[in-house]
Amino acid sequence: MADLIYRVNMSNLSFKIEEVPAHWMGLGGRGLTSTIVAEEVDPECHPLGPNNKMVFAPGLLSGTSASNSGRNSLGAKSPLTGGIKESNVGGTSAGIFSKLGVKALIIEGLPQDKETFYQLHVTKNRVEFIPVPELVGLDNYAVLDAMMAKYDKKVAVMSIGRIGEMRMNIANVSVKDPGGKLRSHGRGGLGAVMGSKKIKCITVDAADYKEVTIVDPEKFKEASKIFTKALQENPISGQGLPAFGTNVLVNILNEAGGLPTHNFREGRWEHAEKISGETMAENIKARGGKTTHGCHAGCVIQCSQVYNDKEGKFLTSGFEYETIWALGAHLGIQDLDLIAKIDGLMDDLGVDSIETSVAMGLAVDAGILAYGDGQKAYELISHDIPTGTPIGRILGAGTHILGKMYGLVRVPTVKGQGIPAYEPRAVKGQGITYATTPMGADHTAGYAVATNILNSGGHIDPLKKEGQVELARNLQIASAAVDSTGMCIFVAFAALDDAKCLPALIDMINARFGCALTIDDVMNLGKTILKTEHEFNIKAGLGKADDRLPEFMKYETLPPHNVIWDFTGEEIDAFWNF
Amino acid sequence: MHVLVKLFAQYREGRFKVEQKEYQEGTTAQMIIDTLELERVSPLGVLMVNGRHVAPSYRLQEGDEIALFPKVGGG
Repeated sequence: MADLIYRVNMSNLSFKIEEVPAHWMGLGGRGLTSTIVAEEVDPECHPLGPNNKMVFAPGLLSGTSASNSGRNSLGAKSPLTGGIKESNVGGTSAGIFSKLGVKALIIEGLPQDKETFYQLHVTKNRVEFIPVPELVGLDNYAVLDAMMAKYDKKVAVMSIGRIGEMRMNIANVSVKDPGGKLRSHGRGGLGAVMGSKKIKCITVDAADYKEVTIVDPEKFKEASKIFTKALQENPISGQGLPAFGTNVLVNILNEAGGLPTHNFREGRWEHAEKISGETMAENIKARGGKTTHGCHAGCVIQCSQVYNDKEGKFLTSGFEYETIWALGAHLGIQDLDLIAKIDGLMDDLGVDSIETSVAMGLAVDAGILAYGDGQKAYELISHDIPTGTPIGRILGAGTHILGKMYGLVRVPTVKGQGIPAYEPRAVKGQGITYATTPMGADHTAGYAVATNILNSGGHIDPLKKEGQVELARNLQIASAAVDSTGMCIFVAFAALDDAKCLPALIDMINARFGCALTIDDVMNLGKTILKTEHEFNIKAGLGKADDRLPEFMKYETLPPHNVIWDFTGEEIDAFWNF
Repeated sequence: MHVLVKLFAQYREGRFKVEQKEYQEGTTAQMIIDTLELERVSPLGVLMVNGRHVAPSYRLQEGDEIALFPKVGGG
């Protein structure tokens, strides 16, 4: 049976099941969420009002046996950026949606009753609206425990904590992973949108599912084998990521002078080694955690990990470079265990670990805490933000609003979203991505670090302007396409350096649906997605002046290379010439 | 001449993190890579001298800091 659209209306607690319109057929993941948001959401609407919609969509290959195909997209208008948002996640939701035949789950409206929070329980051809007063005021792990007690362990769970209930801009939507830990639709404050719709959690029952249909199973199997081999043989996805996780980047960015330190004042941090991927791997080895861990079933890269404290007690998993950077070099915490403790706390609370930690680093400039004061940071995140004290509300509104509240000039945001982990002045291709992506400062939107720093897909000098706009454009187009397949973005390392990888990925899509897409078709899909998102943002009021980095980067030189952000507005705007 | 050699990720295993080394004038980055037998472990990913990407044919100078990374990535 063909996949269907499940549409939920929170205004009258109703649902209907619709056939997929022809022009949505070939779309999945980000391509589908951004298309639906652009078609159905008024760009001028208030993100927390009745006219915003949440759209969940698994990728085109999610639910199949294809390696690394378990990413689920969530789209909406973002309360953080005021523009369109797509944030994708591992965990179990993509596979279960696909196997249930749900092409997309669209949630619209706001309940009349302002008090009651609901659980949405999605089963075959049905959505139940269950009032959950007993879950109000609880954070993610408690909600997860309640759902595990109620249903089969395989049920997909998407939830918000107290901070999402309070509709703060840093709130994310958390998703159960196969090991019972949490992954996040992290960026853009989508947990606040879920809170505005009075949805505490969404469960998707796996009991009725069937395997997804593959039009040409033989061809699929063959392409899948080639694709998996490309991921396993690539030194980055096959060795580097499993051994050190994404945190291997601390030392590389530090060496390159592109590790933003002390709120983007320097490009190197003298204590980088203490928080590096090498140190993390040593600790894991000594303490009995796991260096390899997948965020979703079918992952062959296993970049995640289980990180324990000195006593061997669990601290966190999914311990990522960007979070470690923000709490480390940016905020100044030198103790990797304390960073891990805060990371685990942020999972439970359901906040974007990048936005929250970038805001905490800026809070040093605001005089709220001292550089390196991890205890104070822990107190603010564990107490002030989730209980909604005035200072907690300000921090919970994200980096940009914190900067405005304290009259700060050096505010590292684009389109209101905190800049992660890569100094734009010293990794200029990444700076172009930060300036131009419709998502606000988002490193995954077009990871120019790959070619500027890591020598993947060739090398373009990170300190020079030449070639950066084209690089960021090509990567953003490719990423928009990859984000539609359900694939983890890390397949890009193999795709950039192994000629067999991308054709095998497209062959799998063709075998799954019985179509005949070419590489050009897939790239055109990426272009269409980007343009659709850009057009939404323009209608929402985000113009060329929003495609800019913070002004201070144009006049403050960054050591050690003493570089500034030297692109003109016209040069940046040329990004959109395609 | 004196050169500070820094190794990262898998290259550290059984070797060192950072060492001050003495090399003859004219030593190239590739010669250091070969002497340390780094590529037996994993192909070279990133080679930087004083924080700038350079080619393996780069001739080291007195006081240089060379950083050697296998193919690694993240994001």
